[in-house]
Amino acid sequence: MSEETILKVLNATKTFGGVTALSRVSFEVRQGEVLGIIGPNGSGKTTLINCITGFIKMSEGEVMYKGKKISGKSAHKIADMGITRTFQIMRPYYTLPAYKNLIIPLFAPRAKRTGGWRGGGKLGDRDTVSVDILEEIGFERDSFVPYKIASTLPTGYLKRLELARCLALKPEIILCDEVFSGLSMSEIASMVPLIERLQMDGITIVMIEHRLRELFQVANRVMVLNFGVKLVEGTPEEVMADEKVKEAYFGSQEVEEVMNYA
Amino acid sequence: MVNTEQFRRERLDRGIKIRTDGLYALMSWRELSYLTLPRLILIVGMLLLPLIVPGMYWQKVVTILCIYALLAISFDFLAHYVGLVSLGGAFFIGAGGYLAAILNSTYGFPPILTIPIATLVGAAVCTLLLLPCLPLRGVYFAIVTLMYPLVLARIIEALDILGGTDGIVGVDSFANRWVEQYAVIAMVLLALFGIRRLVNLDIGLVFRAVMDNDQAVRASGMNISYYKAIAVFIGSALGCLGGACLVHIYMWCGISLFALDFSILPIAATVIGGSGTLVGPVLGCLILVPISELLREFGTLRIVFYSLILMGFIVFRSEGLMVYGERKYHQFQRWVKV
Ligand SMILES: Nc1ncnc2c1ncn2[C@@H]1O[C@H](COP(=O)(O)OP(=O)(O)OP(=O)(O)O)[C@@H](O)[C@H]1O
Ligand SMILES: [Mg+2]
Repeated sequence: MSEETILKVLNATKTFGGVTALSRVSFEVRQGEVLGIIGPNGSGKTTLINCITGFIKMSEGEVMYKGKKISGKSAHKIADMGITRTFQIMRPYYTLPAYKNLIIPLFAPRAKRTGGWRGGGKLGDRDTVSVDILEEIGFERDSFVPYKIASTLPTGYLKRLELARCLALKPEIILCDEVFSGLSMSEIASMVPLIERLQMDGITIVMIEHRLRELFQVANRVMVLNFGVKLVEGTPEEVMADEKVKEAYFGSQEVEEVMNYA
Repeated sequence: MVNTEQFRRERLDRGIKIRTDGLYALMSWRELSYLTLPRLILIVGMLLLPLIVPGMYWQKVVTILCIYALLAISFDFLAHYVGLVSLGGAFFIGAGGYLAAILNSTYGFPPILTIPIATLVGAAVCTLLLLPCLPLRGVYFAIVTLMYPLVLARIIEALDILGGTDGIVGVDSFANRWVEQYAVIAMVLLALFGIRRLVNLDIGLVFRAVMDNDQAVRASGMNISYYKAIAVFIGSALGCLGGACLVHIYMWCGISLFALDFSILPIAATVIGGSGTLVGPVLGCLILVPISELLREFGTLRIVFYSLILMGFIVFRSEGLMVYGERKYHQFQRWVKV
């Protein structure tokens, strides 16, 4: 992890009609770190990711990526630069087998450019590569799982498939929207090393999470949002000790739990 | 008659190996023929069609049928593999038809040139005109594709351009009726197997992904409008090909090329034949077009019969003939003693 800034968000503001979902949020993401974003439901976390990745237009503010302004560009251009995301509401390509789901990102211009898996298609190269990626992300290679139709896969695999879809692009940054939610403790336990490995591979990760305990195992820094406003930013210990955060999460058992843990 | 008190019918699926197209098919002649027979029947059947129908009138019906089949394949491809419900049959036919007629009557190009040029240029024109509505989905896209032929027909009528209401007469015909028939039959077969191949290629998967979940495709750094445009180009090329052939068959080109039939019948054929099967729509045309010819004798009452037949199919075989047939083909049944 370096001190170099890879992504910089300046005064991000988003209003939906009268509702202010984000209000002047500024923060930086450093090269190679894992940044956690936490906050109560409806605090604007998903909206923030949507703004960064160009899926919705910001009302005000700027996003800089490696010193270049990317806000205002369309979603596919931003993804093409290496900023990938997962979706909170998972929607794989349900009618296709799991490994065929990855053919689509592998067909993308970025994957052709950066993947080192040029060509493909006719010779079945992409099929092989996609099974490789799935194995890397925790699908058992020799089982039937990679070949199952996506609609029949359990949640745990679908979450991994979301991550695999990002990995196929050889991304610089992955913005994960609640990849741990809906998973059992043991499933999360097996996902945590995966996140650590991605970080070791040099990928910068921004994680939105409600499961604080697990998040704090992997996050280098944490930012807290509440009602679309940034409350604090710092190491997990600093953030949890903060009065404003305690207030936002007031009564939440989890905070106490995590505090004891930390 | 089997005594149903002592026997019951048992339905079994054939083994999975025999149903897959993989290397397994090469294991024995029996399996090979199991897979290739339906395809052979289709190809040979189509090729024999001009020889077995009675008389020149019905041979003409076969040619028209093939034009509709091209449109039906185009509809099925766009609707069930790209997610664009297009009612643009008349639009594509009109664009291809007028281009071919102009190239032939004004510039004197022979059919062998007008047809490919009209197909490609026509498809490019259609795609360009549809480009602004590509972000639209479902019924909204359908409405726009339906508007274009109406608008173009009125423009040609009102401004009296391109022959106005009289149309363009004296378009060259094919060399003879055999060339004509086998040319369109070959085109249908090529289109059918070509599109079937295409949807299983990687780019075909991208088309299907755009239909399933376009947000995820965007998140992979792909411009969905670009892929939709490619798909519309392919779909409209099939329609323009049909239109270009049609003017050489009729030896005339007029605003009736923008008739609504070209938009509606392919959809009905797809419903009857089985949506998303590509072969089904061709089958649907094989049924619907002759029926609609037979019903011609009933004058205006024909639309009533036609609707009844259509309704019957939709109520009793809503999955479509091809889906039903495929399932039956992969199953066998026998009577077993209780
Ligand atoms: N498309 C939209 N139109 C209108 N309001 C929206 C839209 N998207 C989000 N909002 C509103 O913006 C606010 C922030 O929503 P957002 O989904 O970003 O929250 P979140 O932090 O991701 O919540 P959760 O933890 O439940 O996922 C909410 O009040 C929500 O109702
Ligand atoms: Mg959210």
